[in-house]
Amino acid sequence: MFSSLFETTFSFNDLMFMLKGAGVTLMLTFWAVLGGTLLGVVFGVVRAVSPWWVNAPLGAVLDVFRSIPLLIQLVVANSFKTIIGIHWSPFTVGCVVLALYMSAYCTEIVRSGFLAVPTTTRRAARSLGLTWRQDLTEIVFPIALRVALPSWIGLTLGVMKDTAMVWWIGVVELLRSSQVIVTRIHEPLFVLTIAGLIYFLMSFPIARLGARLEKRWREND
Amino acid sequence: MNYTFHWLPAFRALPDMLWGALVTLEIAVLSMVLGVLFATLLAVGASSKYRVFRAAAVSWVELARNTPALFQIYMAYFGLGSLGIHLDSFVALLAGITFNNAGYLAETFRGGLRAVPQTQLRAARSLGMGQIQAFRLVMMPQMFRIVFYPMTNQMVWAILMTSLGVIVGLNNDLTGVTQEYNVRSFRTFEYFALAAVIYYLLAKLVTGSARLLAWRLFRY
Repeated sequence: MFSSLFETTFSFNDLMFMLKGAGVTLMLTFWAVLGGTLLGVVFGVVRAVSPWWVNAPLGAVLDVFRSIPLLIQLVVANSFKTIIGIHWSPFTVGCVVLALYMSAYCTEIVRSGFLAVPTTTRRAARSLGLTWRQDLTEIVFPIALRVALPSWIGLTLGVMKDTAMVWWIGVVELLRSSQVIVTRIHEPLFVLTIAGLIYFLMSFPIARLGARLEKRWREND
Repeated sequence: MNYTFHWLPAFRALPDMLWGALVTLEIAVLSMVLGVLFATLLAVGASSKYRVFRAAAVSWVELARNTPALFQIYMAYFGLGSLGIHLDSFVALLAGITFNNAGYLAETFRGGLRAVPQTQLRAARSLGMGQIQAFRLVMMPQMFRIVFYPMTNQMVWAILMTSLGVIVGLNNDLTGVTQEYNVRSFRTFEYFALAAVIYYLLAKLVTGSARLLAWRLFRY
């Protein structure tokens, strides 16, 4: 049993195949984070400044993405795409669903960052003669960024890990590529350990960075 | 668009899917109960004076938080299998989610522990309470208040994570049942849309009852 850990038929090409999968994981993450952040910032600011009759419905719609398993969202989106006859690759579907999924979480982060700026600070800015736009870019944005960035980093890592589910609709990313190798050489523990290591190496340094930022900014408060 | 929706077969499958939802809820609740137990041990272990315990607790937490949940479930199902430990898909899923829950909850608990000022403990002690009494009557209620909301979130997460069971071959939870019907008729959209609605209601049920509970528990 244990001998299989040491005498392996795992080859260099297999490792390259997995690294290619890791590349797909990173690409998925990149597009999802880009789209999710842009949407999240827009929705977050809208939610923070709009009256309740805009805020409540928008919040309810975004809440749907957080209350349904990502796997189900992917399957539903993938079959819906076929129904209405758009020809997207599974990769594109994965990016779009992940971006929407991320935007739902990002909206809350941006909104709470926005609302964390005290009204008095903003009034002070305005009474010093700053315009509404200046108030947003010079006062609200820097303060909100400090509040939101650690959570945003956490969310990005979360999305990176959630890309693992995309293989269900047919994208060969890191976990799927390791699965392909497992079915060939039948050494699940060894191959999965490597996959886990790659995930860990992609996630851990950024997680640490986020924790450090959070700590440093809290100390300077 | 030349697709005809067939909702009837999906609604015929509804009773089976609701039974599946019960299994989903069961796994989520079990994983939460076990997760809280392990998380408490991990939170205590992380501040232990023995290096072994500290290392074990920290590596559990970091591993749980830095790898995908699906990977953790895979490890429990395929990985342990090659060590000769064969878990069926229910147990593997439960083990994977519990591992994940414990890792995240441990961080939550650590934050909760730190958020209650130590002066509270000293004040309680100087009022004549014993160490255990002070902890139970003064520290615990305040900590619980802080960790309650993150715990609710984790519970919703646990429900969402149970959907991954289908990938390791679980066929009696909500996603599993849905997939069984799906492979028989290929009405993918209808079945999974219905499953999505049920998941949504489950999540709302959890957050709703948590809010109710919080309202009952946390008023002065």
